[in-house]
Amino acid sequence: MRNLWIFLSRYNAFFFFIIFFAAGIILTIRNNVYQRSVTFGSTNEIVGTAYKRLNVIKRYLNLVQVNDSLAAENAALKTQLLGIASIDSTQITKVKDTINHQQYTLIAAKVFKNSVTLTNNILTINKGIKDGIAKDMAVISLGKGVVGFVQNVSENFATIRPLLNQETAISVVLKKDNAFGSLVWGDNNFDYRKAYVKEIPNHYKVKVGDTIITSGSGGFPRGIEVGRVTNTNLSTGDSFMTLEITLFNNFSTLQFVYVVKDKFAEEVKSLQPEVKNEQ
Amino acid sequence: MNSRVILVNIFRWMVLLFIQIFLLRNMAFYNLSTPFIYVLFILVLPFHIPNVLLYIIAFITGLTLDSFYDTLGVHTSACIALAFVRILFISVSLNRESIDEPEPSLGNMGFRWFSLYAVLCIFAHHVVLFFLEAFKFTSLTYTLGRTLLSVVFTLFTVLLVEFIFHNRKSA
Repeated sequence: MRNLWIFLSRYNAFFFFIIFFAAGIILTIRNNVYQRSVTFGSTNEIVGTAYKRLNVIKRYLNLVQVNDSLAAENAALKTQLLGIASIDSTQITKVKDTINHQQYTLIAAKVFKNSVTLTNNILTINKGIKDGIAKDMAVISLGKGVVGFVQNVSENFATIRPLLNQETAISVVLKKDNAFGSLVWGDNNFDYRKAYVKEIPNHYKVKVGDTIITSGSGGFPRGIEVGRVTNTNLSTGDSFMTLEITLFNNFSTLQFVYVVKDKFAEEVKSLQPEVKNEQ
Repeated sequence: MNSRVILVNIFRWMVLLFIQIFLLRNMAFYNLSTPFIYVLFILVLPFHIPNVLLYIIAFITGLTLDSFYDTLGVHTSACIALAFVRILFISVSLNRESIDEPEPSLGNMGFRWFSLYAVLCIFAHHVVLFFLEAFKFTSLTYTLGRTLLSVVFTLFTVLLVEFIFHNRKSA
């Protein structure tokens, strides 16, 4: 017994290392399997508030770009409005489904924590349960493009799993011929301007410069422009092709996002309980 | 341990973590090289600190970093690995009884000893950090490249800070 004690105390550095390192690894694994822990993540009120304070300074530095993007969006909306005003209402033959009329509601939110350098990036926004945000809601950006899905919500904050995360997959189609595909960031991709569209059948003719839009399933309204095809020559070896696209959305300068509230999300979800991967 | 040493270390902890979390977190060269200046805090903890206390401090430091990085456990494990290498290196390279310097800083130990010490500790920390973050061996070369480039960047910032604040003997 005494010898054992001497042995243990002599090599205490090593044994403490084993104990503490195991604790660290267990934390990591738990964290990877389950969703991010609410306690230590940036949904935590203390950490969240610290980031919020700091963000006040950052917001001033980025005012120019935010102004520009707001002005651009304003212009786009005005153009749309003009288009609507000039339509001769007697000519419209297609009547819009009034039940579906307000299917999507947008909740504007400010991003106060963002990262693009990690393997699995996470965003934090300043809206939470109080503002009607729930898990798995889709998130789109102010100008063009998709952002991701709501991962965790607390009373005042929410974290978003953006496209720049290995677990995110978004259902998209080719604008030109409606070929369905799945948008992912890609395994060894660390460029936040690039992403990949997988599982498009080989018989579709895709050209460089084709536009990719959202398919309308999984919480995103149909027709949001996601990006432009930049490379079609990636061989996969099976009957599906993989396209490299450049995203319209610049994740590194993300300031404001819209959380999309889908009125029928619950209903659709209850119909297809077994579909899990394709959100 | 007198109270001055404790206060200095608490102050150092707060400043280094503040810089790491609010400044360096947004900094990277092409997503390849990221500096982790906060390891300097564990590097220059006093010589006579008990092993278990060193591990606990490293654990808490890593946990704090993880909270802000949203990577629970990754920095914690990396800091523990760093603490282990620190203990090993000090016990191999120095005679524990004859240490008369308070802490292993650049000014106290000289450039050659300190840079070797820093390289080994930072390398252990970064290897654990980046491999736990990737959590797979398929992108081995990429992760290794990221690790080595980040070691260079971190080492550069650590030596820079040490040269600015701790060069007492030559001054």
